[in-house]
Amino acid sequence: MVREKVGVYICHCGTNIASTVDVHEVAAWCGHQDHVAVSRDYKFMCSSLGQDLIVADVEERGLTRIVVASCSPHMHEKTFRGACLRAGMNPYYLEMANIREHISWATNDKAAATQKAKALVKAAVERVVHHQALEPIPVKIEPATLVVGGGIAGISAALELAEAGYPVYLVEREPSIGGHMAQLDKTFPTLDCSACILTPKMVDVAQHTNITLLTYSEVEQVSGHIGNFQVTVRKKARHVIEDNCTGCGICEEKCPIKVVDPVFEAGLGRRKAIYRPFPQAVPKFPVIDVDHCTYFLKGKCKLCEKVCLANSIDFKQKDEVLDLKVGNIILATGFDLFDVGRIPHYGYGRLANVFTSLEFERMVNAAGPTQGTIVLRDGITAPKSVAIVHCVGSRDKKYNEYCSNVCCMYSMKFAHLVHERIPRAEVYNFYIDIRASGKGYELFYHRLLREGTHFIRGRVSEVTDAARLPAEEGKLIVQVEDTLIGAQRRIPVDMVILSAGLEARCDSQEVAQRFGLGCDFDGFFVERHPKLDPVATMTEGIFVAGACQGPKDVPTSVAQGAAAAARVIGSICRGTLMLEPVKARIHSELCSGCKICNNLCPYQAIEYHSETKVSEVATALCQGCGTCVAACPSAAIQGAHFTNDQVMAEIEGILWDKKGKEEEAAVMA
Amino acid sequence: MKYGYYPGCSLEKNASAYHESAMAVCAPLDIQLQEVDDWNCCGATEYFSIDLLPAFALVGRNLAQAARNKQSNQLVAPCSACFLNLKKTDRYMADSPALAEKVNQCLAAGDLAYEPGSLRIRHLLEIMVDDIGFKTIGEKVTRPLFGLRVAPYYGCMTVRPDLGKSFDNPEYPQGLDKLMKTLGAEVIDFPLKAHCCGGHMTQISEEVAMELIRRLLKNAAENNADIMATLCPMCQLNMDAYQEAVNKRFGTDYHIPILYFTQLMGLALGLPTTKLGFGKEFIKAEPILKKIRKEAPRKRRKKRLSKQALPVPSMAEED
Repeated sequence: MVREKVGVYICHCGTNIASTVDVHEVAAWCGHQDHVAVSRDYKFMCSSLGQDLIVADVEERGLTRIVVASCSPHMHEKTFRGACLRAGMNPYYLEMANIREHISWATNDKAAATQKAKALVKAAVERVVHHQALEPIPVKIEPATLVVGGGIAGISAALELAEAGYPVYLVEREPSIGGHMAQLDKTFPTLDCSACILTPKMVDVAQHTNITLLTYSEVEQVSGHIGNFQVTVRKKARHVIEDNCTGCGICEEKCPIKVVDPVFEAGLGRRKAIYRPFPQAVPKFPVIDVDHCTYFLKGKCKLCEKVCLANSIDFKQKDEVLDLKVGNIILATGFDLFDVGRIPHYGYGRLANVFTSLEFERMVNAAGPTQGTIVLRDGITAPKSVAIVHCVGSRDKKYNEYCSNVCCMYSMKFAHLVHERIPRAEVYNFYIDIRASGKGYELFYHRLLREGTHFIRGRVSEVTDAARLPAEEGKLIVQVEDTLIGAQRRIPVDMVILSAGLEARCDSQEVAQRFGLGCDFDGFFVERHPKLDPVATMTEGIFVAGACQGPKDVPTSVAQGAAAAARVIGSICRGTLMLEPVKARIHSELCSGCKICNNLCPYQAIEYHSETKVSEVATALCQGCGTCVAACPSAAIQGAHFTNDQVMAEIEGILWDKKGKEEEAAVMA
Repeated sequence: MKYGYYPGCSLEKNASAYHESAMAVCAPLDIQLQEVDDWNCCGATEYFSIDLLPAFALVGRNLAQAARNKQSNQLVAPCSACFLNLKKTDRYMADSPALAEKVNQCLAAGDLAYEPGSLRIRHLLEIMVDDIGFKTIGEKVTRPLFGLRVAPYYGCMTVRPDLGKSFDNPEYPQGLDKLMKTLGAEVIDFPLKAHCCGGHMTQISEEVAMELIRRLLKNAAENNADIMATLCPMCQLNMDAYQEAVNKRFGTDYHIPILYFTQLMGLALGLPTTKLGFGKEFIKAEPILKKIRKEAPRKRRKKRLSKQALPVPSMAEED
C-alpha cells in the first residue's frame, strides 16, 4: 500500500470542545501516530481560515487524506468536503471524528474526554487511509412537488411553488382544504376574520393551473429518493362525479340524515350524510358519508340522486389509486387537539357546559352551529360568567410537558369575544404564565386587561358541579389556587372553556415511517436542525411545514410553508442534484443468487436477473443503508464508503490502547 | 389465589363488618387471605408527621413479617391508610438505600429484615377489579342489587398519591363504579368520589371535619344515592358515625347508610347478611335494602334534546 499522508485537524469549537477535551494534547499525540503528516488544533475549523489551513497543507505538504475532529458530520461534513475539493482532492478522502456531540457535550470528565478523543481520532486516521475516491451520482430533479396536508401551511407552500411556475400535487385527507384555520372565526391578535383571509387562498389553490388538488385522498406509499419519488395516492370515493357536479348544494339540502360532525364542527354542530364540511369548501363537491347514508346502510333512499339535476351522484364509485412522480415532498399534516377527556376532573363529557376550545371556536364562528351566538349547551341561554382554563394538557408532566404555543393567545381572543358579544359577562382566565411573545401579542394582552377580564394565576385543580354554598348551586365551580394572593378560590361560573393544547397527529409515527423521517418523543416530525434548518428533514427531498413539526400559530405556519417551498424551488432550479455515492454494489462473480438481499432491502432496490442468476442493485434506488451488505452470506455485496477494510480499520483504531495491552500481555505470557 | 393479608387495627374493632364481609366474599371467589403473623399498627396518618424513622420502622416491621410468607409475594390491605403506609414505605425504601439501611437497622433489633420491592402491596379493591375481574364476579352474582342507587366513594388515600398506577385514574377513578354496576346496582354520578372525608380531623378540628363530611353527604344526597359504598374504615366511620352530628349542626336530614363494598358484594353473591357484618352501622342499612328489586330496572330512555340544543360530547364508550 502506498504510504498515505494524513492531515489531522482538532477543532476547539470555541470552548465547546476545548473546555472539556485537551485539544493541544490530542493534536500533539496525534502528530506521532502512523500515517499522520500534519496534526494541528484550531479555534474554529469551520471558519474560512480553518478551511484554508487544510487547503494550504494539501498544497504545501502534499497531504493525501484529511481527518477533521470537530462536530457531527451532519453539521459540517459538507463544509470540509468542500475544502478538500478546493484543494484538488477527492472529497471522499475526508473523515470526521465527532468529538463534540459524542464527547465534550456528553461529559465533564476532562481526562476521560481526552482519552476518548484520541480513540476517535485514531479510528478516523486508520479508516481514512482506506478511503477510495468516489464520484457523486447526478440525478435529475423532477419538477413536480407533492404537498401533503391542505391546511394553511400546505396551502402556502403549494401556492408559492405554483406561482414560481412548478407543478404541485396537494393531497388532503378531508373533503375540503382549509385545515384548522377554516374552523376559526377570528385570528389573534388583529382579530381579522379567518375565513376572509383564508378562503381567497383556498380559491387560488383550486384555480391555479399548476396545482392538482387531491382532496379526500391519502398517501399510501412512497418510494424512490430526492429528485425522483414515486408516490401512491388513494383518492377515496366521494360518490359524486366531480366533472358533473356544479356544487349547487341541493343534495345536501334534501338529504334526510343529520349527524353530529366530529371533525369540522368539532362535535358542536351537525351535517348531512352527503355534505361539504362548510359552505366555502374547496373543492365545492360534496362527499357521501357511507357510514351514515341510508342507501349504503339499508339499500334505499337515493334522494340525492333524484334531486341532482347534473346526474353527478354515483353510488358505485370506487376508490381511485394514482401513481405520482415527484422530485420533492413537503409534509404539512398539522396537529390534533389534546383530548380533554383524559383529564376527567375537568368534567368534559360529564358537565354539559364544559366546552373544548375548538367547540368554542365553532360557536363564535358566524357560520357555525349557533351563528356566532355564545350560548350554553341548551342552545338558548347566554352565560353570565365564563371561565377559560389555560394549559389543558400542556405544561403538565402527566400529559404533555411542552407549551402548546397558541393557547394563551386564543384564550385571550375568546375572552375578548365574550366581552364583545355578552357585554356584562364576567370572564375569568386561569393561567400559569401568559405567553404573548409574537408581534403585537403583548399589546393584545394589555387590551384584555383594560377590557376587564379577570386573570387568575394558578392551575385549575377541578371543575365540578358539587356546590358547597348557596351561591354555587346550579353553577360550574372552578377550584383553583390563586398563586398571586396565595389562597384557594372557588369561582362559580355558567360556562367553562378548556383551552386544549396541540398534539402531534395520532398517526404521525406511521406517516413518518411512510415518508422515511423521524418523530420526536412527542410525535412531532424532526427537522434537520432546530435553528438553522427548520424545514428540511434528515431525508433529502422531504421537508416539513407548520404544526406537524411542533405547535405553531398561523403566521409561523405560513412562513414555514413558504420556506419549505423556497427550498424545493432551489433544488428544482438546479435541475440536477449530486447524490451521495454511498451505495451498495454486488460483485456478480461472488453472488450465488440466493435472493436473501432482494427481500431484505427496505427500498426494493435489488433486482434478481433470472437469466444470469445473480442480483443487482439499482443504484438510483439504493439508500446506502447497508442491510444487504451485512446479510449477504457470500460477502458479495460491498457498501461504498463502508467497505469491510474501512470499518475494520476504524475498529482497530478505536481500540488502539487495548491492542497494545493485549500484545504486551501476550509477550509477558 | 393466595395473598398475604394485613387487616390493620380498624378491622378488628370499628370496621369488623369490613373484615367479616371481606372474608365471606373471598371464599366463593377463591381468594385465600393469609393473615400476617404478629402484625402491628401501621401508624395511621399521624405517626408520619411526628417522627419519620420510627414511622417507617413500624411499617417496615409489618413488611418484614409479611415477607416471611413464602406462598405469596403479594400483600393485601383493605384499609386505605394501611395500604398507603405499606406501599409508601416499600417504595421509599426502594428509592432510598440510606433509608432502607436505617429501617433495617431498626428491624435488626427484632431479628427482622425487609428487602424493598420484594412484596407487591395491593388494595382489596384492586384484587377484585384487576385479578378477579368483573366477568368472574358477574357470573357469581345470584341476587343482583337491582334498583339500589349507590354512591361509589373512594376517598383519597387509596387512589392518591399514585404510587405505581394501582388505579385507573387517581383523580376520577372508575373501578368501584364498574364493580357496583357488575353487581346490578345503579351507580350515581358522584363528583366528590375521590375527595377527603376529613380523616382524623374529627379529633383535631370538628369544624373542618364536619364541613368535609357535610359536602360528601350533600353531594351523594343531591344525586339521590340510597347508600354509599366505601373501601376505607376511616371514611365509613366519619360518614356513618358523624352523620347525625352533621344533621344537627347544619339542620339537614341526611340518612344514607354507609357500607363497605365487600358487604354489597356479599349481598349480590347471595350470602346471608348475618355473615356480612350488617347491623353494625349507625345509619341502618336494612330499610334501604328493601329497595332491591328482583327485576332489572328498565333502561331509561335518553332525554330527547330540544331543537335548539347543541350536541352533547360523545365520550368513548365504557368497557
